Amino acid sequence: MPQIQIPSPLRQYSGKQASIDVAAKTVGEALAGLVSQHPDLKRHLYNDEGKLRTFVNVYVNDEDMRYLQKEATELKDGDTISIVPSIAGGS
Amino acid sequence: MATISDVKPAEALLSNDEILRYSRHLIMPEVGMEGQQKLKAAKVLCIGAGGLGSPLALYLTAAGVGTLGIVDFDVVDYTNLQRQIIHSTADVGRKKLDSAADKLMAINPYLNLRTFDTKLTSANALDLFRDFDIVADGTDNFPTRYLVNDACVLTGKPNVYGSIFRFEGQASVFATEDGPCYRCLYPEPPPPGLVPSCAEGGVLGILPGLVGVIQATETIKLILGQGDPLVGRLLLVDALGMKFRELKLRKNPDCPVCGTNRTITALIDYDQFCGIRGQEEPAGNDIPSISVEDLRKKLDAKDDVFILDVREPHEYQICNLNGYLIPVGDLPKRVSELDSSREIVAHCKMGGRSAKAVNFLRRAGFTKVYNLTGGITAWAERIDPKMPKY
Repeated sequence: MPQIQIPSPLRQYSGKQASIDVAAKTVGEALAGLVSQHPDLKRHLYNDEGKLRTFVNVYVNDEDMRYLQKEATELKDGDTISIVPSIAGGS
Repeated sequence: MATISDVKPAEALLSNDEILRYSRHLIMPEVGMEGQQKLKAAKVLCIGAGGLGSPLALYLTAAGVGTLGIVDFDVVDYTNLQRQIIHSTADVGRKKLDSAADKLMAINPYLNLRTFDTKLTSANALDLFRDFDIVADGTDNFPTRYLVNDACVLTGKPNVYGSIFRFEGQASVFATEDGPCYRCLYPEPPPPGLVPSCAEGGVLGILPGLVGVIQATETIKLILGQGDPLVGRLLLVDALGMKFRELKLRKNPDCPVCGTNRTITALIDYDQFCGIRGQEEPAGNDIPSISVEDLRKKLDAKDDVFILDVREPHEYQICNLNGYLIPVGDLPKRVSELDSSREIVAHCKMGGRSAKAVNFLRRAGFTKVYNLTGGITAWAERIDPKMPKY
């Protein structure tokens, strides 16, 4: 089953889980499943128009989904979806 | 100010003393005399002398980078010492540049150190960057990160990027000619307040050490022309799991600053871009608030005040006002535990989270709820000095 990796800034909204299995055939389905299980994640991942926020990137294994088929990217068993938000700490 | 002169590696001759100093570099074919001369001729600008800047500057200096510039206007704070290892206890209150200069020159007197006691802005970034070969980004906020990126692309200087949050970090090399830039990865910043700073979210002390040395490594590799730099690669560091993952980064052909049809050809107002209006005040200027002095008066007069503490349990253990603890993230689920007929004063550490809690409760119909301005920190500063601050 594909797995979604939740980055630490967002774990407070995913019931503190770092990785969640989702039964899904595409990235879009996987993300929809994620936010329906954890509705607090929705406003952090999506804007008011239902589009994925641009400071959050979604990778399938090591490829940015923007350069695959975006939400239509098909998933195989064992695929890892990573949510990679921007962080700025340095001091 | 004297401009920093260009020295070709072949002209950056090493004295016998330097040859001895760098012996462990020189005996490796990947560095050798040629590589060490490249290091000596190199000019690297570090933005920030804090968490990331500390290990960056220390290791680049030790390695023999000839010219190091550091940009930092800040002063050493006691809470910095947990991770900003270039500063020591005796430096608290001193300018970070002065503290850093002492340590760096002590490590390597051959260093040509240039300090810039200024905030990096759209007005000074381009001129500053032009004098250097590589820029290492050790800043701690989104506007400056976008500024550094854009200025690097516009001046053609690689941007050795590192960032941290709690116990995770990212590292990459942006703004090389054929590689992506920061905007290719993140076209837009998050709204202000969404991603906590190190002061608000905490950070594992070792983490900037781990990521900062990765940045120093990448800088040295770029100078030497050795190894595979993190161009087109995003390294994700998970310190708790001790896992290192790599994601592919592509240059975005539509990137406004480094793509084929560039629309950004000058530096912009980055505060505006990141949605920050003026100085960030602790939130709560336009919601019902109460000062720590007034709360103290109410408690002394035995008024019926319900203190709601919206911090996390581990913070409650450090110090508390005997408040009723509902962490702010749990408030929606536990709002039924609160009595809206009572006067409620909500507090957190500094006033930010409690302001969110007050807004939430007001939208839920609570009319007698107030934010404690400055949080328990203000209480410790002005009402009860025996209370620890953290």
